[in-house]
Amino acid sequence: MSSTTITLRYFAWMREHTGTDLETVTLEANVKTVGDLIPHLVARSSGHALALKNLRAVRVAVNRTYGDLDTAIVAGGEVAFFPPVTGG
Amino acid sequence: MSVRVQNEDFDVGAESRALQADNVGAIALFVGTVRGMSSDQGVTAMTLEHYPGMTEQELDRIEAEAMSRWPLENVTIIHRVGRLVAGDQIVLVAAASAHRQAAFDAAQFIMDFLKTDAPFWKAEERGDVTSWVDARQSDTSALDKWKT
Repeated sequence: MSSTTITLRYFAWMREHTGTDLETVTLEANVKTVGDLIPHLVARSSGHALALKNLRAVRVAVNRTYGDLDTAIVAGGEVAFFPPVTGG
Repeated sequence: MSVRVQNEDFDVGAESRALQADNVGAIALFVGTVRGMSSDQGVTAMTLEHYPGMTEQELDRIEAEAMSRWPLENVTIIHRVGRLVAGDQIVLVAAASAHRQAAFDAAQFIMDFLKTDAPFWKAEERGDVTSWVDARQSDTSALDKWKT
């Protein structure tokens, strides 16, 4: 059975809810998109579930480029979750 | 062209002088600062977080987009991260062109897209309470004027 290892990054209040800014997860190869990934992350902790509760309040980047729930993830890739940005 | 994300403060005069050149007739500079106590409900300080790697990449992309839309000679974007107090400088956008309109428009364009696309997050301190700033709909609406 092949598997997929992905690096996860969290920023701002998502980092605080999940309790980490960086973690790696190994998933079965049938996890192909960001949307497929979400249930696996929600199951990691109550903080993860809270952080990902309202996906409309969350932006995602795959390999440092903006994406959405349909964006494909690949082994060795980096998926980041963060709130809408507030710089400037 | 340059993009810098840094903890240190910046010198607006030095950055402006660095853009002076024979073919430059206009340098538009925008400086964003931390609004303090009296004007913004008691904000005493803020901490800015970013996504190293992606933030610079997004700023590069926005800068390149501005360069493709206007005849610019040079652009500088500097954004600070870390803890800043009321009155501190946060961001500098400087656009240099032969004529003023391109410089003005490009500086505004870059700030508008920086606000909505560059991964930075502000946590504001009001006394002992720290809270994450919510994104503003007005920042997203500001992009409408650049749709062509």
